[in-house]
This record gives sequence, structure tokens and C-alpha cells, in this order.
Amino acid sequence: MLEIRWHSRAGQGAVTGAKGLADVISTTGKQVQAFAFYGSAKRGAAMTAYNRVDDKVIMNHEKYMEPDYVFVIDPALAITTDVTINHKDSTKYIITTHMTTEELKKAQPKLDGKEVYTVDCITIANETIGRAIPNTPMLGAFMKISGMYDIEFFKESMKRVLGKLPQKIIDANMLAIQRAYDEVK
Amino acid sequence: MAFDKMELREIEVWDGNFAAAQALRQAQVDVVAAYPITPSTPIVEGYAQFTADGYVEGEFVMVESEHAAMSACIGAAAAGGRVATATSSQGLALMSETLYQASGMRLPVVLNLVNRALAAPLNVNGDHSDMYMIRDSGWVQFDAFCPQEVYDLNLIAFRVSEDHGVRLPAIVNQDGFMTSHTAQGVKPLSDDAAYAFVGQYKPMNDMLDFEHPVTHGVQTEEDWHFEHKARQHNDLMTKVMPKIESVFAEFAQLTGRKYTPVEKYDMDDADVCVVCLGTSVETAREVAKEMRAQGIKAGVVGLRVIRPFPFFQIADALKGVKAIATLDRSSPNGAAGMLFNEVAGALFNTDTKALLSGYIYGLGGRDLTKAHLVALFKELQANVDAGKVTTQLQQFIGVRGPKLAFL
Repeated sequence: MLEIRWHSRAGQGAVTGAKGLADVISTTGKQVQAFAFYGSAKRGAAMTAYNRVDDKVIMNHEKYMEPDYVFVIDPALAITTDVTINHKDSTKYIITTHMTTEELKKAQPKLDGKEVYTVDCITIANETIGRAIPNTPMLGAFMKISGMYDIEFFKESMKRVLGKLPQKIIDANMLAIQRAYDEVK
Repeated sequence: MAFDKMELREIEVWDGNFAAAQALRQAQVDVVAAYPITPSTPIVEGYAQFTADGYVEGEFVMVESEHAAMSACIGAAAAGGRVATATSSQGLALMSETLYQASGMRLPVVLNLVNRALAAPLNVNGDHSDMYMIRDSGWVQFDAFCPQEVYDLNLIAFRVSEDHGVRLPAIVNQDGFMTSHTAQGVKPLSDDAAYAFVGQYKPMNDMLDFEHPVTHGVQTEEDWHFEHKARQHNDLMTKVMPKIESVFAEFAQLTGRKYTPVEKYDMDDADVCVVCLGTSVETAREVAKEMRAQGIKAGVVGLRVIRPFPFFQIADALKGVKAIATLDRSSPNGAAGMLFNEVAGALFNTDTKALLSGYIYGLGGRDLTKAHLVALFKELQANVDAGKVTTQLQQFIGVRGPKLAFL
């Protein structure tokens, strides 16, 4: 069982990102689950989304999770909330920030001693998609860190998932995914 | 035909709401009248989108309240069309008067009830308060534990509800957010196969058949009211379950997915078991398997059909068990709990010596964790070992503050 927790603000696309990832993984024969805590569901409010991946049908519907990966797609949430809650020793963090990993660990001591990767998904999204929607670049970074799928396969799959969007938005998302894949450290 | 078909993949990743919307599209529902409410909104939104995009030859009716939504559904069903809607919580509460009209008028309607807590305090998350509130309203009630089952039970519900021997409205329950907004793999039928299974709508006593005028919505006082209600109950007690079982069997032949009114998991040799509804059934199944590795023979019983209540089937499912826990996700507000009472009623007058205890959990979407269930199964085993219920008969789990236990 692979478990992922997303930290996001409502409107940044964590639910779409989690469902998109689930969709891609499902095509490779794995079982998936994607869900979220919406709370009062106001745009800008801190929220969490979740992925579970397994070889057998996922029966567990508890919301409690000790994640293998934590994705933080809003830079401030790594500082203002505890993104390490319910962690394991092996939990890996991929965090959107303009800081380097070392600077971030200084700014948030809870991340000290943890396996943390950083990538500036907000800037990447702004420069490619033209809006601060950092969900697809985060998935590009995840492909690099996890080695889950070949990046070309992943991009082709995401083209189908994003299929209803205008072509230039799809193209921009592909650029964003590739940039995050290349830039995550 | 005047609508487009949709190419679906063998496995789609859908949440419970979208699974329901797709089933409504494939059933080619003629009329959906709805007043959207969280967390059921995407179901009627999905149908409206499919209709606007030319995938359904039907009509979405926007109304001013849930009371009006069900009233319009009743009108459309009486006129002679395939009808469906969706609601949750406060919406169902406002709709409740008209639910009795629909069942009393013997009109087939499929209602997707996305289970949510009832205010006050206001809460949009999943529990079974709304499901429990209208359980005696004369509707057939199915319960889905995951998105696949939402899809399947919607198709099944039309077949049962519209059958001329049944002609009763049907509810398909799913857990708010835990199913409705949780995306998982769903294996859909093709549009043609799904429509062939549901079948073309066959009108009965429809108001638009001017050659055979009928009256709907009559008044009967003490001269006939009781006979009408008795006949409705009779049909629920004698005709509905056989129909459900035959539709389940047909569905299994088509898809390989087998449903039964009482779903049993690891029950053949179980010493202890839980009886519950919704997503909790699946989480409990996983925990029961883990308990067996620890030497506790645990099983799970889930109710697929809540109305008509599978009285004898549940007694049969529980006959060899030594300790049973009922899990009610709704505040009984001064009583023992719906499942506790129904299960106790079904077991009384049988030879069972099982120890029965009830648990109240998960109100307002509070998480039911695997750790809760591990502790619960261990408590049941302790009851078996002691030969008596070692706790009070009703306990609250997962609530903050001093432990609450009653009875």
C-alpha cells in the first residue's frame, strides 16, 4: 500500500491532482483511492487530499493515514501548519517553495532530519500555465522522486486526464510537469 | 436515437457521485427535478451536464426547494416517465412529507441519498441520520459501501422500483464524502448493456394515457386508508425482496458482481462480528481479516437492503456467532439504536445465545479508524471469554471527553 497526503489550499487543485494521479495509476492495473477533507470548503482555506494505491482492492475507508509521501503545494502551509503530522520514519516530503531545502528546514525545524525535496511549483505554474495552479507540476516532481513511471508515459497519460481542457492549457501543463521533474531537488 | 453514446473505459476512476450520475445517464432518465445540496450536488449536476451535452434525452427541472423537487418527481412519475433525483440531510428532511406521497401513490422514483448529518449543529459530512429519519417512509432502501456499488445499485434500483409487481420508489444510499467524493476504480457497463439491463420504461396507470383515465393522489378516510397502507406493507413484505433477489441474480449473470440483501464476510466460522452500514462495512472487513491473524475469529455483516428489512436473512447470517456488535452512525437520541433494535428483534425467538452490544460512532463524519475496530473486536472476544457482555450495552466510540456508555 502506497499512501500520499496532499496539503493545499482549496482552489489550488489538490483534489483534481489526487484524482488525476489515481486515474493514471489505475490504467497500470493498480487499485486506487483518492479523497479529501473539505472542511468548510472555502477557497483559500487549508485542506488535505489523499491517495491510496495497492495491488488489491482498497477496503480501508478510514481518514487516518501515516503517509509514505507528503505533497505540499502551497508554500505557506509548510510553515503555518504541521505537515509532518502522523508521519513515519520513511515519510518523504515534496514541498513547493522558493527556498532551498536547507533554507526551508531552518524556517520549519519540524522538517529537520526528514527526507525533504523542494521545487517551486507556484513559479513553474505561473510561468507555464499562467496561473498559480501547482497541482500538475507537483506530480512531475513526484515522478522524479518516486521513479514510479517514465516521465513520457506519465505525460501522455495526463494528456488524456486533462483531455477536456483547451490544447494550449494541456501543452502548458506538460511543460510544467517536465520542468518540475527537472527542477525538484 | 436522439442522443449520443459515451465510450467508457473498462475501469474508470469515479467517485460515488459521478458513478450515480453516469448510471442515471445510462438509464436514460426522462426527468430529474432537483434542488442541489452538499454532498449530493454533483449527481444532479452531472445529469444536467449530460442532458445539456446531448447524452441524455431527458429534462432537468430546476425547482425552488427539495419539497418541490420531490413533488415534481411525483408529478413526472405519475405522468408516466422514468424519474430520479438526489439529495442529502436537510434536503431530505424538507422532502420527507413528499416521500410518503411517492410511496403511498405507488410511484417509481429513484432517489440517490448521499448520507449526511442533520443540523443542529450544521455539518456537511457523512453519517446516517438522514437515512434513519425516513426509514419507515415506504421506500425500498439499498445501501452502497463504495462507488462501484453506487453505480450497480442505481441500475438495479430502477428495475426493482419500476416493476409492475412492486411500483414503489427506491433510495440508493451512499456515505457522504467517504463514498460520494472518494474516487476509486469502477467497472461500468457499456451504454447499450446498461440500458438493456434497466430496460425501457413501462408505464402503468400513467396520467398521460388519455384512453385510460386514472385518479392519482386520492383521499381515503377510515373507510379505506388502512387497507391501502396494509396492502403497501404487504407488498414490501412479500413481493419486493423476491424481486430484488431475482434482479441481483440477473445482474450477477451480466457482470459477475454478486449482491445479497445481507452481505456476509468471513462469517462461516466467526465467533465475533459487527453489523454495520456504508463504508464502515469495508473498513471492518479489512480489520476482521487482520484480527484472524491475531487469533480472533472475526466476521462482518453489512446490510445491502435496509427496507424491506431482511429479518430472517439477518437472523440466519448471525446464527452461529457468539458476540455481535451493532454499529449505528446516527444518534438514537434516547434509545438503543436502530441496528441494535432491529437485530435484537430478528434474533429474539431464535435459538441464539449470542451476546449483543451496540456502538454509536462516526457522527458528523467523525473518522472510524481501524484502531477503533481492533479495540471493538477485542472487546467482543472478551465478552465471549467471559460468557456475558462485560460493558454497558450502548457505548460511544471516537468521541472526546469522558467515556460515554449507557444501558
